[in-house]
Amino acid sequence: MNSDNHRTIIPATALDKSASGFSVAFNKRLQRRYRAEQRFKWLGIAAIFSALAFLAFLLTTVIGDGASAFRQTVIQLEISFDKEEFTQEDLLQADYQRLVKTALSERFPEVAGRQDKRLLYDLVSSGASYKLLNMVRDNPKLIGSRQTIWVPANDDVDMLIKGKIDMDQPEGNRRIKDRQFQWISSIREAGQVELRFNRAFFTNGDSREPELAGIRGAIKGSFYTLLITLLLSFPIGVAAAIYLEEFAPDNRFTAFIEVNINNLAAVPSIIFGLLGLAIFINFWGVPRSTPLVGGLVLTLMTLPTIIIAARASLKSVPPSIREAALGVGASKIQTVFHHVLPLALPGMLTGTIIGMAQALGETAPLLMIGMVAFIVDVPGSITDPAAALPVQIYLWADSPERAFTEKTSAAIMVLLGFLVIMNALAVFMRKKFEITW
Amino acid sequence: MNTVTDVITQPAFPAITGQRDTMAVTKLDTPLEKTVGNPFVEKPRMTCRDVFVHYGESCAIKDVSIDVAGNEVLAMIGPSGCGKSTFLRCLNRMNDTVSSCRVSGEIRLDDMNIYDASVDVVPLRARVGMVFQKPNPFPKSIYDNIAYGPKIHGLTRNKAELDEVVETSLKKAGLWTEVKDRLAEPGTGLSGGQQQRLCIARAIAVSPEVILMDEPCSALDPIATAKIEELIAELRTQYSIVIVTHAMQQASRVSQRTAYFHLGNLVEVGATEHIFTNPKHRLTEDYITGRFG
Repeated sequence: MNSDNHRTIIPATALDKSASGFSVAFNKRLQRRYRAEQRFKWLGIAAIFSALAFLAFLLTTVIGDGASAFRQTVIQLEISFDKEEFTQEDLLQADYQRLVKTALSERFPEVAGRQDKRLLYDLVSSGASYKLLNMVRDNPKLIGSRQTIWVPANDDVDMLIKGKIDMDQPEGNRRIKDRQFQWISSIREAGQVELRFNRAFFTNGDSREPELAGIRGAIKGSFYTLLITLLLSFPIGVAAAIYLEEFAPDNRFTAFIEVNINNLAAVPSIIFGLLGLAIFINFWGVPRSTPLVGGLVLTLMTLPTIIIAARASLKSVPPSIREAALGVGASKIQTVFHHVLPLALPGMLTGTIIGMAQALGETAPLLMIGMVAFIVDVPGSITDPAAALPVQIYLWADSPERAFTEKTSAAIMVLLGFLVIMNALAVFMRKKFEITW
Repeated sequence: MNTVTDVITQPAFPAITGQRDTMAVTKLDTPLEKTVGNPFVEKPRMTCRDVFVHYGESCAIKDVSIDVAGNEVLAMIGPSGCGKSTFLRCLNRMNDTVSSCRVSGEIRLDDMNIYDASVDVVPLRARVGMVFQKPNPFPKSIYDNIAYGPKIHGLTRNKAELDEVVETSLKKAGLWTEVKDRLAEPGTGLSGGQQQRLCIARAIAVSPEVILMDEPCSALDPIATAKIEELIAELRTQYSIVIVTHAMQQASRVSQRTAYFHLGNLVEVGATEHIFTNPKHRLTEDYITGRFG
C-alpha cells in the first residue's frame, strides 16, 4: 500500500525535542493525523465493499430467480390432424383443443373418468392449440397426417420440471397431483419432455397463463413511450437551457424560474401522473393507457433533469470560447450555435440519456394514467393501449401463479439490461463527441 | 506613422489638458485626477471622450479621454484592478456581455460613435479585433479557426479566396511556415505561443482597423513573448494596436505611446520614452520605479 502512510515517525520521547528536531507534541499530532487518514481510508473501503455486496445480492437473487424463465418445458405429442375435424370451410374454426386432448388420451389410454381426464388435459398449455392452428394455417397439407409435435407444457408442469414444486408436501397443498406426477414421470422417462429456449417470452404480449406471457408488448410499449419522451423533452429541454443560460437577463423572474425547475426535479413522480390524468386525459382527451400519454407525462418528469444537465454543460464551456467568437464579430446566436453548443452537446446527451433511463424505470406516474391495465396485444402505434416494462414487472409480481415469480425476475433482468445499455451508450457518446481543448 | 511621431514630439500642448471641464461626479472612491500629458493626436483613428464605466454601483473608469492614432501601438499600463482592461474592452463593446456594465461618454471609430443605438456590434467587432490574455483558439482545425471570421462576415466569395485569406493571415501572424502542412489539425494542439499567434491571425483575417490586445503575452514564455512582440512591431505598419500589459519592459519595447491608469483614472499619457525616462506624475513614477503595483 501507499508507503507515505507508513512513514516512520520518530517516537515521542521525554525530551522536548526528538531526534528529528521537532517537538514531542508535534510528533504526536503528526501520528494522530496519519491515524485519522488511515481510519478514513478503511471507512471508505468498507463503504465500497458493503455497496458491492448489496449489489451482488440483488443481482444473484434476480438472476437466480429469473434465469429459468428463459427456458420453457415442452411436451412431445403425437397429433393426428384428422380430416373429420376439418369439415368447416374455415380451417381456423376447427377444434384444435380436441386434437390435443385426443393425443393425450391416446398417449394415456388407461385414464378414464371426467376428473382424471381433466387433470390429464391440464398437463398441456392452452397455447398448444394455438400452435396447431398456426401450423395448419401455414401448411394446410398437414390435414390428414400424423405429426410428432412439441407443445408447451402447463406452467405447473413447467415448475415441476424446473424443480420448483416440492413433491413431499401433502397432495392437497400441491398444484401437481400424484396422478399427474406419475404421467409426467412416464413421459419424462420416454424422453418426451424437454426444456427449450422460451421464445414466447420475447414474442408474446401479456397473458393470464404464465407459460404464454411475454414481454414484447411491454418492451414495445416502453419503446414508444420513451420515443415520445425523447422527441419532446430533448428539444424543449435543450432550448430552455440555452435560453436560460445564454440569453435570459439576470433578474428576479429568471431566478424564480430556476428555483422552480430545480424544485420540479425533486417532485415525487406520482404527482406528475396525477397531473397527466387531470390535464392530458381528462382535459385534452388523450386516449388513456397509451404510450402517447405515458410519453407526455414522462416528458414533464424528465424535463427538469435535462434542463439542469444541459445548463451545467453549457456552464462548463469556458467563457474564453464565447469571447473568442464574439471577438471576431460572431453574433450571439452564432456564438452559441457554432461554438458553445458543440462543446456542450456531449454533456447534454449524457444528461438526456440518464433522464431517459430514469423515465424507463418509472412506474408510479404510469399507474395513474392507466398503463397498468392488462393488455394482451402488442401495441402497433403510440395510440394503442400498452404496458411498460416496469409496470409489467409490477403486474407480474402481483400475480398469484408460482410461475410468474420467475417471469418477474426475468423482466427485471431485461429492464436492467436496457438500463445498462443506455448508460453504456451515454458513456460512449460522451467519449465520442468530447472535444478536448 | 509620421503623424504619431509628430504629435508625440510636439511639446506645444499644455501639460494638463484644459479643454474639458471636470464633470460633477459624486460617487467616486478616489478624487478625479486630471490627466498629465497630452492624450490627443492630430489624426486619430479612435477618439474617446469623457468615458465613464460603471459596474453596478461601482465606478471602474472615471472620465477618461484619449485618442488612438493610426499605425501606432498604444500601451496601457497600471496596477491590477486599475481599469485598463475594462477600458480596452469598451473599445469594441466587449463589455456589452457583462449585464451590470454601463458605459457613458463618447467613443468614436473614425466618425462613428460606437455606443450609438444605431450601431451594430457585429461589424464593429470585425473592424476592431481583439486578442485575449489566454490563447483561446476554437477547438477546430487551424484552417477553420482563421476561416471562421471571413465566413460569417461573407468576406470571400469562394474557397480559393478563403484559402488566400487564411494563408495571408497566417503569414502576417508569422505562423504560416510552422503550420502550412497541418492546417487540418486542431488549433488547440499548437504550443501556447503558436496558439496566441493563431488568435492574432484570426483577428487579422477579418481585416480590422484596430487590434486590441489584452495582456497577450502573460501566459507565454519569454521566447514566445519575443515573437509576439516582433509581430506587433510588424503589424503596426497596417493596423492601430492598443495593448494592455503588466510587463513594463514590454510596453517600452513595443509601444510608441503609453498611458498609465490608476484606480480608474487615466493618470498620465505620453510618448513611451518620456513616460519611462521622465514621468511627470508621482504615481506614474512610483509605478515605473517599482514602488507599488
